[in-house]
Amino acid sequence: MATPPASAPARHEIAAIARQDWGRLVASLIRLVGDFQLAEDCLQDALESALRHWTRDGIPANPPGWLLQTARRKAIDRIRRSRNFERKSEEYARLIELDHDDQANHSMPEIPDERLALIFTCCHPALDPKSRIALTLRTLGGLTTSEIARSFLDRETAMAQRLVRAQRKIREAAIPFAVPEPSQWSDRLQSVLGVLYLIFSEGYAASEGDDRLRHDLCNEAIRLATILDRLKPDEPEVEGLLALMLLHNSRKAARIGRDGVPVALEDQQRDLWDQQAIINGIALVSRALRKGSPGPYQLQAAISAIHAEAPSHDETGWQEIVLLYDQLYSHQPNPVVLLNRAVALSYSSGAGAALASLEEIDDNLQDYQPYHAARADFLARAGRSHEALAAYDKAIGLSQNRHDRLFLENRKRKLQAG
Amino acid sequence: MKYIALIYSNQALEPKYGTPEFAEYMQGYKTCNETYAADGVLLGGEALRSADVATTIRVRNGKTESMDGPFVETKEQLGGYYLLDCPDLDTAIRYASMIPTAKFGSVEIRPIADVSGLV
Repeated sequence: MATPPASAPARHEIAAIARQDWGRLVASLIRLVGDFQLAEDCLQDALESALRHWTRDGIPANPPGWLLQTARRKAIDRIRRSRNFERKSEEYARLIELDHDDQANHSMPEIPDERLALIFTCCHPALDPKSRIALTLRTLGGLTTSEIARSFLDRETAMAQRLVRAQRKIREAAIPFAVPEPSQWSDRLQSVLGVLYLIFSEGYAASEGDDRLRHDLCNEAIRLATILDRLKPDEPEVEGLLALMLLHNSRKAARIGRDGVPVALEDQQRDLWDQQAIINGIALVSRALRKGSPGPYQLQAAISAIHAEAPSHDETGWQEIVLLYDQLYSHQPNPVVLLNRAVALSYSSGAGAALASLEEIDDNLQDYQPYHAARADFLARAGRSHEALAAYDKAIGLSQNRHDRLFLENRKRKLQAG
Repeated sequence: MKYIALIYSNQALEPKYGTPEFAEYMQGYKTCNETYAADGVLLGGEALRSADVATTIRVRNGKTESMDGPFVETKEQLGGYYLLDCPDLDTAIRYASMIPTAKFGSVEIRPIADVSGLV
């Protein structure tokens, strides 16, 4: 069945093939053996077996089928050897039956798609938020523990313990491997979308010197959201999130300067924006909004789309953006939304109007760097340079990293130079 | 799968006896009892007297030491529990969300360990 090895595949090629289908394989194994840890262990065994056989015989015609068949046999072995044999006797009988069928038909198994249940289990709110992220990347995305640890600047042992603990909780607390019922759907979907967006944001926040893996988190989040969108095509917030990530990511080449310092939207070189990503993102968010139930991700994507379509900073639909922020605030009554609204307002109605709107949110954001940065900018544009310099100092003092500080210091210097 | 729902609250926040809020609160517990029983998930459940009449004991070197009150001083104290039989955590969460104290206190859901093979 295997094609003769014209050239033996390298380890990383085999790992890449496995990773492509990892989530689908794990999900169908979990359904069969009823246990996250066991499913993963068996698939890991199958992968090791693939490394031995494929490097010798070449890659088989149906690699995922091969992996599933092998993993099932590994499961039969593992269950047979285990202390809890009786508890798994039903699963064992089913595995034996499936394997006999394959042998009788000389066929590779079909892989049913159970990934939707898997996404909801990995992102279950009964798990710690960071564990949801780690479990999603490991189980659904097929990243290794070491890759996840590096992506999140964490120690590998700590990440491994986190994953083990999450799997134990799923087993012992009986977190179901199921798509949630309608009464829980919207809360549970929020948790899934939140996890995917956090993965994306972690990659987006990666700075120049960081490991390639950190930057890849953006693509991984987009890949996972694309899968979710395909599994659940009628869900406008899924489309909204995917659109939002595509549109943010379209500015990847323009948003960090050669010195590693972030470039403000108004100063970005727009011809560096990825036009294909913009077209895809806009098509998605338009399709989502036509369904008539806007949510926070769709609205943020719509805002991002207006920026993406604008030929220049001045020719941006600022008024439309202000209205979208109003709508977003009704979904997410959060002062940061008001701050972003104020920025848009400063371009549609002037810095004075923006300063007045800041007054209303003054209390909640005193320790928030972007608040003082925005205020400094409004003051500068309103000609109140003296106050603007003080606001820049406040923002610089609150900066969490070197790049933000450099960015603000540049701005302050420009103002001083007049 | 058996779960215990441990009900914690700050007594100061509980509705006072004799008020309409108290009647509503008790009605909420009555609804819980009836629903759990009708759905066949109820294995047991009790309310507890307050922690200030609790006694904590420890056995050290074969000697029983007893102390007045709860072992740790916290604002939220254990006030009662339900023992429920549910197929999975989502079901247990759904039933536990009906507990009226969850609106101002908290309910900790813990799976019961099967130690029958160990004892």
